[in-house]
Amino acid sequence: MVNLFNYIDRPSPVHRLTGATKLICLILWTLAGMVTYDTRILILMPLISIVLFMISKIRLKDISFMLAATAVFMVLNNVMVYVFSPEYGCRIYGSRTLLFKIAGNYTVTREQLFYHFNLFLKYLSSIPIILLFLCTTNPSEFAASLNKVGLSYKFSYAIALALRYIPDIQKEYHDISQAQQARGVELSKKESLFNRLKSATTILIPLIISSMDKIETISNAMELRGFGKNSKRTWYNERRFTKADYISIAFCVILFAVSVLGIVIRGNRFWSPF
Amino acid sequence: MNAKFSVKTIVAIGIGAALFFVCGRFIAIPSPVPNTTITIQYGILAFMAVEFGPIAGLLIGLIGHALIDASYGWGVWWSWVIASGVFGLLMGICTSKVNLDGGKFEKGDIIRFNVSQVICHVICWGAVAPVLDILIYQEPVEKLFAQGLVSGISNAVTTAIVGTLICLAFALTKPKSGSLSKED
Repeated sequence: MVNLFNYIDRPSPVHRLTGATKLICLILWTLAGMVTYDTRILILMPLISIVLFMISKIRLKDISFMLAATAVFMVLNNVMVYVFSPEYGCRIYGSRTLLFKIAGNYTVTREQLFYHFNLFLKYLSSIPIILLFLCTTNPSEFAASLNKVGLSYKFSYAIALALRYIPDIQKEYHDISQAQQARGVELSKKESLFNRLKSATTILIPLIISSMDKIETISNAMELRGFGKNSKRTWYNERRFTKADYISIAFCVILFAVSVLGIVIRGNRFWSPF
Repeated sequence: MNAKFSVKTIVAIGIGAALFFVCGRFIAIPSPVPNTTITIQYGILAFMAVEFGPIAGLLIGLIGHALIDASYGWGVWWSWVIASGVFGLLMGICTSKVNLDGGKFEKGDIIRFNVSQVICHVICWGAVAPVLDILIYQEPVEKLFAQGLVSGISNAVTTAIVGTLICLAFALTKPKSGSLSKED
């Protein structure tokens, strides 16, 4: 079974942080990157994440596949933004410096280029850090850390269940799909879209009925063991906070605060050099 | 949590999110607009929301979609994750009268299911997702509404086909309520 969430078990300071710390940091970090369009902060964040990648001993080849997906995503999104509103940068920065024309309404302005530069940086500031989180956080510890962050343990357990059963359901889907294909159900591009949807349903129905049985079995087993009786529960994968945890959380709080403060002082989400 | 959040609901959320994930991740048909694929997981989400209620629908949408985004590696697109959750929630509320466990999914139910799924899709992809995108990412409005439109239409079509067929098949596996009559 492929390792979908890309967890790479390798001893490093980043791996040693508790799941809860990494989750809190991830949330603060991505929020900081989301709210601001301040180029200075947006340049700083990818640089720090490169350092973090080096500390966590994740090699480029471990994540090259995901980075490629990210690159395609970034380029496509930028092209889309340009196609739909080539004057968006001018509207934001309130000035217009024409560089050259392409055709018709499509011109290249300095403001638009600067906006796209910022957009690229914005993706670069949040996407690699999510990759880092996925590579360094054990999925089973993740559920425990959600509970520690303050989510109800029932909700955390639902996520733990989802992570636990994805490989099972994936395998079952594969088995059913092979069985149906052996019986002549066509799923490939040779069929029309409507027929492919219909044949997808012939796989889905057995899959769902067996999943409903699974729900029955699991919930009975959990109920028999008294799940949900007490207001608290302990986790096998839970760990204590160390000094490194507090330092990383403090750093991310500061980063978030700087990014928000900048917006409050400027009164505008966009930092403009023009 | 209240009595509705039973052990069965929790398990249903877990398994439902896993199903949503597997179907969204492995049965995806690319569409011309970036990062928008024609996928059939909303049919499953609609079915789970009908069967297990709005809270389960909300959480299956949230967890399942966040996991799909995470596994693709392009980062979790929170605005769309929330929109998926809202779809599950609304769907659960709109179809609270449909009772699949009673073994019935008849004409009236099919119409109710499809009308509400179209309305929910319009709200989620036409309003919730683009508005959140504007608030969070401040990208140009035109691009966001185009993305919303394409995914909204394709999701509504796949939900209509896949969701309806699943509900019909599932109802058939249940004994009809009132199918036994008392002997004189």
